[in-house]
Amino acid sequence: MYAALWHALPGPVWVRIIILLVLAAAMLTVLVLWVFPLIDSLTTPQDVIVEE
Amino acid sequence: MRPYNQRVTDQPAAPTRVERRRTRKRLNVVGVLGELLITGGVLVLLFLGWQLWFNDIVFGASQGQAAEELSEQWEGSTETPDKPAVQPSDSDPVVMDAPKENVAFANLIVPRLGVDYKRPIAEGVSTTVLNQSTLGTGHYPSTAMPGGVGNFALSAHRTAYGGSFHNINQLVIGDPIFVETEDGWYKYVFRGLEYVKPNGVGVILPVPQQPELQPTQRMITLTTCNPLLSSAERIIAYGLFDSWYPREGGAPAEISGVASAAGVR
Repeated sequence: MYAALWHALPGPVWVRIIILLVLAAAMLTVLVLWVFPLIDSLTTPQDVIVEE
Repeated sequence: MRPYNQRVTDQPAAPTRVERRRTRKRLNVVGVLGELLITGGVLVLLFLGWQLWFNDIVFGASQGQAAEELSEQWEGSTETPDKPAVQPSDSDPVVMDAPKENVAFANLIVPRLGVDYKRPIAEGVSTTVLNQSTLGTGHYPSTAMPGGVGNFALSAHRTAYGGSFHNINQLVIGDPIFVETEDGWYKYVFRGLEYVKPNGVGVILPVPQQPELQPTQRMITLTTCNPLLSSAERIIAYGLFDSWYPREGGAPAEISGVASAAGVR
């Protein structure tokens, strides 16, 4: 999978590395801004209050 | 019957080694599955890192910032001396009316929980308050207000969402717990911890665990989850009212650094 991605990328090695870094940063941004908060809201909340 | 070693000619011949290697390169199911599993594992670790560390730091910082802004706002509306108060007020503490839900009305300042520990307190204990990056600490509605006779009961997360009460178990008897409002500073003194089940609502009664008694004392109660990273139990910290410092007289000397940090900056 990742090998195929590596072969699909254009340019010399350093260009491919830069493209991969940009892709990783984009992925991380999407995860932190939207995906993680969504998962967090769906999982069991940590209850901290006392109630009947 | 043909002899056991005779080849069946109408079946395809077994692939040669070269052919096998070629097919493996094109479609390696196990390899792709492995990479997907590794990716999934990394994502789970990233999520945990985000929830328990990164998000905690971000929330903690922005809650501290929100508390600082509240202080500045109050300093703007009432003349607050730069010098710390010489002594607390002799008079009975001013007790404010209950604010609207989800509105920050006070700051919690506990030196034991951090040198510049200051978090905003909002009305209500729903997730709107507790999971909010600018609030985080909630006041149980219908319990007493700061300085009021009865029990000023609060709740906040122990981990994640800023983890305002993370080190609540490290409080030591006699530790000051300050509550800052527009009117001034209320000093409570930590008395002790209690551990209860999640339905142990007795701890936020006007006289904790004594439903039949009428309150005569001014108390503060902090509730959060226990043990760490679990919500199987609740850890409760009690404090007793000690004294109060009107805003016109200046902040208590013990926290004047925290209280005027906004002004100095």
